[in-house]
Amino acid sequence: MARKDIDYSKYLRLEYIPHIWCPGCGHGSIMKSIIRAVDELNLDKDKTVLVSGIGCSSRIVGYMDFNTLHTTHGRALAFATGIKLARPELNVIVASGDGDATAIGGNHFIHACRRNIDITLIVFNNFIYGMTGGQYSPTTPVGSYASTSPYGNIDPSFNICRLAEAAGATYVARANVYSIAQADNFIKKGIQNKGFSVIEVITHCPTYYGRKNKLKTPADNLRWQKEVSVSIHRAKKMTPEELEGKIITGEFVNKSEEEYTEKYERLIIEKAQGKI
Amino acid sequence: MMAETKEKKHEIVIIEKNCKGCEICVEFCPTNTLGMHMGKCVVVDLDKCIGCKMCEIRCPDFAIFVDNPYAENFKKNK
Repeated sequence: MARKDIDYSKYLRLEYIPHIWCPGCGHGSIMKSIIRAVDELNLDKDKTVLVSGIGCSSRIVGYMDFNTLHTTHGRALAFATGIKLARPELNVIVASGDGDATAIGGNHFIHACRRNIDITLIVFNNFIYGMTGGQYSPTTPVGSYASTSPYGNIDPSFNICRLAEAAGATYVARANVYSIAQADNFIKKGIQNKGFSVIEVITHCPTYYGRKNKLKTPADNLRWQKEVSVSIHRAKKMTPEELEGKIITGEFVNKSEEEYTEKYERLIIEKAQGKI
Repeated sequence: MMAETKEKKHEIVIIEKNCKGCEICVEFCPTNTLGMHMGKCVVVDLDKCIGCKMCEIRCPDFAIFVDNPYAENFKKNK
């Protein structure tokens, strides 16, 4: 089937393109993926808000022509929660990196999951702090090299999807840049889900992570993603030993629960007006 | 029927100022249509292109478009 021709320029601030990301950085692919998802859903640009924190991934708000907000480190979800509560009719999308979402903003992340507020969080997981020089992040795999782990990382890494699932998010999925069409689909479903959605997209940092871990070129990084990824259906039939070092991709949670702004409207506002 | 499909050439637009020379498109092109020249992506043999759009979907820099009528929009801005 022929792919639909998409006018990417419609969703971009063309004066800022080419973007600042390194040659071959996967973040550009995820930006295109978000555009394709938004285009397919026909979201109104003026009714969509894109919020980000600090980091390479968070530069995305400068390039995309929505209502955008570039906030402080890790606090993107806190700002997004404010936007959603003040204007529940807006589509709020948050773009965040692995460090931004799970280290500096770790608490905001779990509490946004807990509340089930209608926000779509897209985590750009490149396993490293790319902007500041390649320090290891909470998702850096054990044994990987980074600027601050020259003998290999010994910290066990976070599994963002399992964390979101345990904290109560109603849509949780993981894709990677290699199979980017799957990411389009997950982002689309995440935006459609009425509740908190977490889409983790495994991406690559050829400059810092790849160079230190024998993945020299961007193409090597993409092939590595293909090698280590296992679909959730296949993973169910595999033993824990076989799953060692693998990254499971697919939909982890897809359920419906009452959304936070609706609950707020129903309980708090009606009570304040003396209706109940 | 064969002759008909052969005649139909695909249009590949490369936005040179956007290309950073990461070689993702060259590596993932299934028919070796693309190549590198002076650190930028170039079309080596247009006849080989099957229009799969693998390069367009993989390019992180909005630098290559296949049969996309909106590609020219990226040429306009400074």
